Amino acid sequence: MTAPLHDTTAEAAPTAPADPAETGATKVEGRSLKQIAWNRLKQDKVALAGGAFVLFLTLVAVFAPLIVGLLGHPPNQFNQDKLDPLTNLPQGAWGGVSSDFLFGVEPNKGRDVFSRIVYGARISLLVAFLAAVVAVALGTLFGIIAGYFGGWIDALISRTMDVLLSFPQLLFIISLVSVLPDDLLGLTGSGVRIGVLVLVIGFFGWPYVGRIVRGQTLSLREREYVEAARSLGGGRRHILFRELLPNLVAPILVYATLMIPTNILTEAALSFLGAGVRPPTASWGGMLRDALETYEHDPMFMVFPGATIFVTVLAFNLFGDGLRDALDPKGAR
Amino acid sequence: MSENAEDKAEGKAVSIPAQADGAEPGTTTDATAGETAGATLTKDAAPGEILLKVTGLQKHFPIRKGLLQRQTGAVRAVDGIDFEVRSGETLGVVGESGCGKSTMGRLITRLLEPTAGTVEFEGKDITHLGVGGMRPLRRDVQMIFQDPYSSLNPRHTIGTIVGAPFRLQKVTPEGGIKKEVQRLLSVVGLNPEHYNRYPHEFSGGQRQRIGIARALALNPKLVVADEPVSALDVSIQAQVVNLLDDLQQELGLTYVIIAHDLSVVRHVSDRIAVMYLGKIVELADRDALYKAPMHPYTKALMSAVPIPDPKRRSAKSERILLRGDVPSPISPPSGCRFHTRCWKATEICKTTEPPLLELKPGQRVACHHPENFEDQAPQDTVLLSAAKDAGELVPDAVLAESAETSEALAAEVAEAAEAAGEAEVAEEGAEKSNSDDK
Repeated sequence: MTAPLHDTTAEAAPTAPADPAETGATKVEGRSLKQIAWNRLKQDKVALAGGAFVLFLTLVAVFAPLIVGLLGHPPNQFNQDKLDPLTNLPQGAWGGVSSDFLFGVEPNKGRDVFSRIVYGARISLLVAFLAAVVAVALGTLFGIIAGYFGGWIDALISRTMDVLLSFPQLLFIISLVSVLPDDLLGLTGSGVRIGVLVLVIGFFGWPYVGRIVRGQTLSLREREYVEAARSLGGGRRHILFRELLPNLVAPILVYATLMIPTNILTEAALSFLGAGVRPPTASWGGMLRDALETYEHDPMFMVFPGATIFVTVLAFNLFGDGLRDALDPKGAR
Repeated sequence: MSENAEDKAEGKAVSIPAQADGAEPGTTTDATAGETAGATLTKDAAPGEILLKVTGLQKHFPIRKGLLQRQTGAVRAVDGIDFEVRSGETLGVVGESGCGKSTMGRLITRLLEPTAGTVEFEGKDITHLGVGGMRPLRRDVQMIFQDPYSSLNPRHTIGTIVGAPFRLQKVTPEGGIKKEVQRLLSVVGLNPEHYNRYPHEFSGGQRQRIGIARALALNPKLVVADEPVSALDVSIQAQVVNLLDDLQQELGLTYVIIAHDLSVVRHVSDRIAVMYLGKIVELADRDALYKAPMHPYTKALMSAVPIPDPKRRSAKSERILLRGDVPSPISPPSGCRFHTRCWKATEICKTTEPPLLELKPGQRVACHHPENFEDQAPQDTVLLSAAKDAGELVPDAVLAESAETSEALAAEVAEAAEAAGEAEVAEEGAEKSNSDDK
């Protein structure tokens, strides 16, 4: 864990061979803000555990076909032989958990729950991540403009944010999805739904980022280094994107990390309500909805996707909190 | 109403030197040339040449209230000032907090847009140039900022910060930006190997040196330093002040140094402007100002400088205490702005704004009843009641001495005006008041 620190000092040393007295000092200091934040993050074991799980889940999502090929069955394969022919419930204890079916089988259809959770991670993470990217991009752009220029521009953007924040987004998405055609912009099937989810969740998410960025910009624009940049002939673009934006990266990063779990929950809720990706594409929310029919007889089918959502959201939140503490140690705890 | 008065005042201020020239061209020009040469003897720049000229400069910040953002008033931060900066000299600007010093600095570097008046740099009117129009001039006019903790972007390395002027001006120095930045770092006494460090790794004094290196990067002609040392420890202040001095001698820089620390200003300045509530009340050569301040406000400021000599405890009693606070710049007092706190204020001070006149060569003052000089409004002798109150805080010794010098000077001026030129009188006057001080 300490390896990166030593690496950088080792790199710094050869650049300063002229002054041997100085190299001693170089070893003591010479840490960038990133390194300091990383050192602080390393102290926070809970955040590291959260981060490790996030990383693990991302790898699972990326290598889903490989993992399912090794440990499971194709997600849409009906394994009727694993079901009790009388009740259509999985054979065996705990919803049919066995070495063959790690998380058991689905009631009625007999699909592999493990495979469906692994593939569901793809949808959940993809939607949550892309929606966060959309929200951060829009929020940063409008927030920094509102904060820096002020006046009527700020009033316009701030009021727009207020309107969007008071908008019933869940109802809006449900009605939007029911109106939209199946084919849109060359996308078909679940592609359309994913695109719509990303855009809508991202669009309703940007005011949260925008408010934070606007507030930060308001305080940063009064700093003397902004004036210094102007006194050197720096234009607006230079000040906004070279001077101010690097100072906004930390809060934006933290907020994006905390936004992803919210997006996962939104996506799950929409799938649960039938406005998410369409069956048979696996999604965590969709599995919960399916489990609703049989939870009295086979609660395990509800426990696995529910626990996955819970653990994922928790991991993202813990990691985000740790990241905030590491990047902004002065912030309220 | 008050604007009319200002216009008149400006008109006068501008016309007076011209009149003096007309009356006695030889003496006056010789005197000025001599002074500037003396002041700029060590600098390479052409002495006496006017680099920056400011006329009637004003900056009013509007106060807006309510839903419709209607303008309900204005903070008159800078309210009609005239001065010029000559090439190679150091102009010190002093005054209390909130008197408009920093605003003035930001106006002449055009970080703020003046409300009225003109700023001319090397004869070119730069008052209303936009960002693009100012860009080439940014090379010649640079600024050093007050707070070394907020003037450097914490996310940029020192190399990026000091190299920014080259990138923004699209100038490539010989040997590349990195080499030039490292040279600049060594010029200001920093280790060039610290190129890749971040500002948080440096102390306040080092950060201020980084700020100076950035200001010097494009080899500017004029450097405006806004309280360059006030955020630093006293021991570091001396280092930075001496660095500024050395750089001036090496590079032939012209400085406008804004400060509230009179000892710093005395150390670095050739000429000093004293500001009060958005106006220059006195503008004089350093020695003249410290020997014989003419404006009562200057005198009060000077008397507040502690004397580092335990034997001179009695000197304490000569300190002039000013009553109350600086009035609000939103509604400054009528007439002379200092009349609410001045112990010499009379009716004329309340009604008429005194113009900034060159009473002695190289010493301009805006006062009806100046110290160490003949009274400009001798007919007006009845003190205002506020002045009487204020006078209670002024030591008797100071009042007596002031009255004495004024009388003596008045007599001398009357004699000398017939016998000799103005310059000689001023010298004698200065000597006289000097001996009186002792």
